[in-house]
Amino acid sequence: MNARIVVAGASMAGLRAAEQLRAAGWSGAITLVGDEPHLPYNRPPLSKEVLAGKAPFESLAFRPRASVSDVEWRLGRTVVAAGLDERTVRLDDGTELSYDGLVVATGMRPRRLNCPGPKAGRHTVRTLDDAQGLREALTRPGARVVVVGAGFIGCEVAATAVGLGVAEVTVVDPLPLPMAGPLGELLGRALLKRHEERGVRFALGAGVAGFTGGDRVTGVVLSDGSVLPADVVVESVGSVANTEWLEGNGLDLTDGVLTDACLRAGGRPDVVAVGDVARFPNARYDGVPRRVEHWCIPTDTAKHAAKTLVADAAPGPFAPLPSFWSDQHDFRLQSFGAPVLGRQDVRVLDGDPEGDVLVGYHHDDRLVGVVALGGQAVAASAARYRAELLKQPALTMTV
Amino acid sequence: MKVVVDMNKCQDHGQCVFAAPDVFSLDDAGHLAYVSDPDDALRDEVEEAADVCPLQAIRIEA
Ligand SMILES: Cc1cc2nc3c(=O)[nH]c(=O)nc-3n(C[C@H](O)[C@H](O)[C@H](O)COP(=O)(O)OP(=O)(O)OC[C@H]3O[C@@H](n4cnc5c(N)ncnc54)[C@H](O)[C@@H]3O)c2cc1C
Ligand code: SF4
Repeated sequence: MNARIVVAGASMAGLRAAEQLRAAGWSGAITLVGDEPHLPYNRPPLSKEVLAGKAPFESLAFRPRASVSDVEWRLGRTVVAAGLDERTVRLDDGTELSYDGLVVATGMRPRRLNCPGPKAGRHTVRTLDDAQGLREALTRPGARVVVVGAGFIGCEVAATAVGLGVAEVTVVDPLPLPMAGPLGELLGRALLKRHEERGVRFALGAGVAGFTGGDRVTGVVLSDGSVLPADVVVESVGSVANTEWLEGNGLDLTDGVLTDACLRAGGRPDVVAVGDVARFPNARYDGVPRRVEHWCIPTDTAKHAAKTLVADAAPGPFAPLPSFWSDQHDFRLQSFGAPVLGRQDVRVLDGDPEGDVLVGYHHDDRLVGVVALGGQAVAASAARYRAELLKQPALTMTV
Repeated sequence: MKVVVDMNKCQDHGQCVFAAPDVFSLDDAGHLAYVSDPDDALRDEVEEAADVCPLQAIRIEA
């Protein structure tokens, strides 16, 4: 019988898993099932270059390694159920696929606001089709834009909209500063100032109570009762893991798929999770399982998970160094490590928050993350701290 | 082997430098420089660099 590994989710993590399975020596069949009609493509430009029209949609496609030229793609197909004891998954067309190994790579979808009012005119940014639709809406003359959620994606979209010449762009968030959850107050304040100087307006400390309009959105009702006029609303209020298809198998699906340090789900030797959907312990930090929605994680987890599935022995410890970037207006944020674990002790390492700045995040006096804000030179200087972060012994802490 | 970086795409993220320091480097201004005909022994490194480039700007030709 032909041995087969099924990869559920055919995006970055799914592709990297297939490539790494080959690199780890798997020569059996690989079937990737993905509910989007497209081959895997790169998501970060969807809120940046591609939304801005500076890069064509076609430029997003990943270039798969030659080693995966023989894998089977089932695109436009959704995995609707799994029987982990029977080693099968079921697709939306009724097909049953049996597997010898299963890779969970179904990622996240945007969380939606559950408020009264019309739906038309409300956007999210996760897929190519989302970005295409949003670009059309943003480039309509006279568009008034409200972005709900002052996280990375929301702030990137606001910056891109201003760059496209949209006159009215307002970001709404119940928190007092943008991106302060992951980055802390010091950079939150610096980022607020930069965005305002470049034409983004903010309504902070306010939640969304609903939307006005008949067929289409005409405004956003804030929790204090005021209304912001809007033809285009972008909801960037976090994401939800695509794990419903795994229900009924006794896995911990509280927030993504809980895995052990080998990225195995439910202690099963034949089921691993990779990418945004995996909630894994990082030996570099406190060992508390977390999901990490950074672009570097699909590749890091795929490498480790492939070894788990293919090799008999457990792979070595899993201790990836997270890194993250975000491009907004004319500046870049570049992060290495886990700033979120050092938000209580934030120090300026170089420069000052008014200009290019390099910020260190500490826990128990130890550097756990660095973030650069500004131009290319300061981003490169953050990279110089990367080696230092890599050298640090494992962190023992409780958060 | 032959390596091509699409400099119209490259935004000097420098992730390739961590993956394949023998092939890619950043100059003092933070801009990318690279060896276009690295030794074949470095293929694994270069493939890894191509994987981790956020702009997917690195192409391995032969
Ligand atoms: C707009 C945007 C901007 C970003 N910018 C940055 C950035 O600047 N820096 C950074 O570090 N990270 C950024 N990220 C995060 C990064 O893109 C993600 O971490 C990465 O895409 C995760 O890949 P993944 O394959 O794990 O998940 P996904 O890309 O979500 O892939 C999951 C795939 O599985 C499919 N799927 C889901 N359920 C099923 C099912 N039941 N059956 C079949 N298929 C299914 C989905 O449709 C999707 O194609 C950004 C993300 C977005 C959306
Ligand atoms: S990783 Fe990509 S974008 Fe970054 S410097 Fe290398 S080639 Fe350029």
